[in-house]
Amino acid sequence: MNAAVVDKPSLDTVWHWLAEVPDPEIPVISITDLGIVREVRYDDETLVVTVTPTYSGCPATEVIAASIRDAMAAHGIADAKMETRLSPAWTTDWLTPEAKAKLLDYGIAPPVGLAEGEQRIDISRLTRRAPPAPVVACPRCASTNTEMLSQFGSTPCKSLYRCKACQEPFDYFKCH
Amino acid sequence: MSTARYEYLLRFGDNALILSQRLGEWCGKGPALEEDMALTNVALDLLGQARLLLSLAAEAAGNGADEDSLAYHRDDRAFRNVLLVEQPNGNYADTLARQFLFDAWSSLALRRLLSSSDAAIAAIAEKAVKEVSYHLRRSSDLMVRLGDGTERSRAMLQTAIDKVWPYSHELFIGDAVDAEMTAAGIGFDPASVHDEWLAYVREVFAEATLKLPAAGGWMPKGGKQGLHSEHLSKLLAEMQVLQRSHPGASW
Repeated sequence: MNAAVVDKPSLDTVWHWLAEVPDPEIPVISITDLGIVREVRYDDETLVVTVTPTYSGCPATEVIAASIRDAMAAHGIADAKMETRLSPAWTTDWLTPEAKAKLLDYGIAPPVGLAEGEQRIDISRLTRRAPPAPVVACPRCASTNTEMLSQFGSTPCKSLYRCKACQEPFDYFKCH
Repeated sequence: MSTARYEYLLRFGDNALILSQRLGEWCGKGPALEEDMALTNVALDLLGQARLLLSLAAEAAGNGADEDSLAYHRDDRAFRNVLLVEQPNGNYADTLARQFLFDAWSSLALRRLLSSSDAAIAAIAEKAVKEVSYHLRRSSDLMVRLGDGTERSRAMLQTAIDKVWPYSHELFIGDAVDAEMTAAGIGFDPASVHDEWLAYVREVFAEATLKLPAAGGWMPKGGKQGLHSEHLSKLLAEMQVLQRSHPGASW
């Protein structure tokens, strides 16, 4: 038996470590909750972590890469390699149910419905009519009497809503 | 082949980069907080797309260039963006009119690139098309809200559309690079997206009670070949000054 193989942490263990790396902008969810870690594998002795970015310009992407390297280094893997995979493109359908519950608890309304299906991009033609705006429940008082204030909120992945029942504004994690 | 592919990537990358820089000029000056956040978020998406495209272009160049050297160390004549995106922000109606015409085109262009035979380009398009579709939804809604709004908002938006309209023609004019990329299955013929673009624009304008500018007239072009207006030089002066003064400076 090769000693080096025994010394390598199992991929399951690595996944557990990754599950403890918080998202830099929404620290209540981890990067695995967010669904952006697509693959963990060994290339010979080198650990390779494949990540799919949420939005092309999301500034958190580089912080996440650094956090993963730091977390691996803290567990004794100094030379973890990061790979970026663009296709298939990230979708909020990859958020775990736990992640959605944590978002709600944190005051951010989680995506309503699935991006796959009703919001699938129709490549046959441009359509003026967007899918109907989802009914978003207020994360504070649960009322569905809410309205969108702006298509964009504090980050590219969110839009800004207001609850007409309790009057509080809140972020909605867009279905994407 | 590789030269044409490099040129092709620069065109898409530069369109995203220059429009992103223009929108960034609104940061902190938007007419409302929500608009300020929306425009800068759109700018951020475009900047991300520019980084992906210019990184790929740099790889194709294979001469040690990277996304930063392409963004900060090229002169105006080396930029390949269309004239539309370098047009000054003007008033808010001018910015929105420019954005709407671009979003509608970009949305169609990216859909075409989804089926590119070049896997790296198709992957970027797959990522970007979702973002741009969202931008288009917003800019279309604003056309309707302001066009079918007050007398003043309609008049301002109509003036803005009439002013920026001539610059839309360049989006649909192909050249040898387009032809080579189309033949290779990597790109598409720019003229082939015109009718669909116009049909969509017409539909939105009708809903917005805006008048579609007459066909023909002045058709400025040349941006794709590096012939720009003076506006680009001034934009670059601001965008590049730090890296030009302190090459390689980083955070």
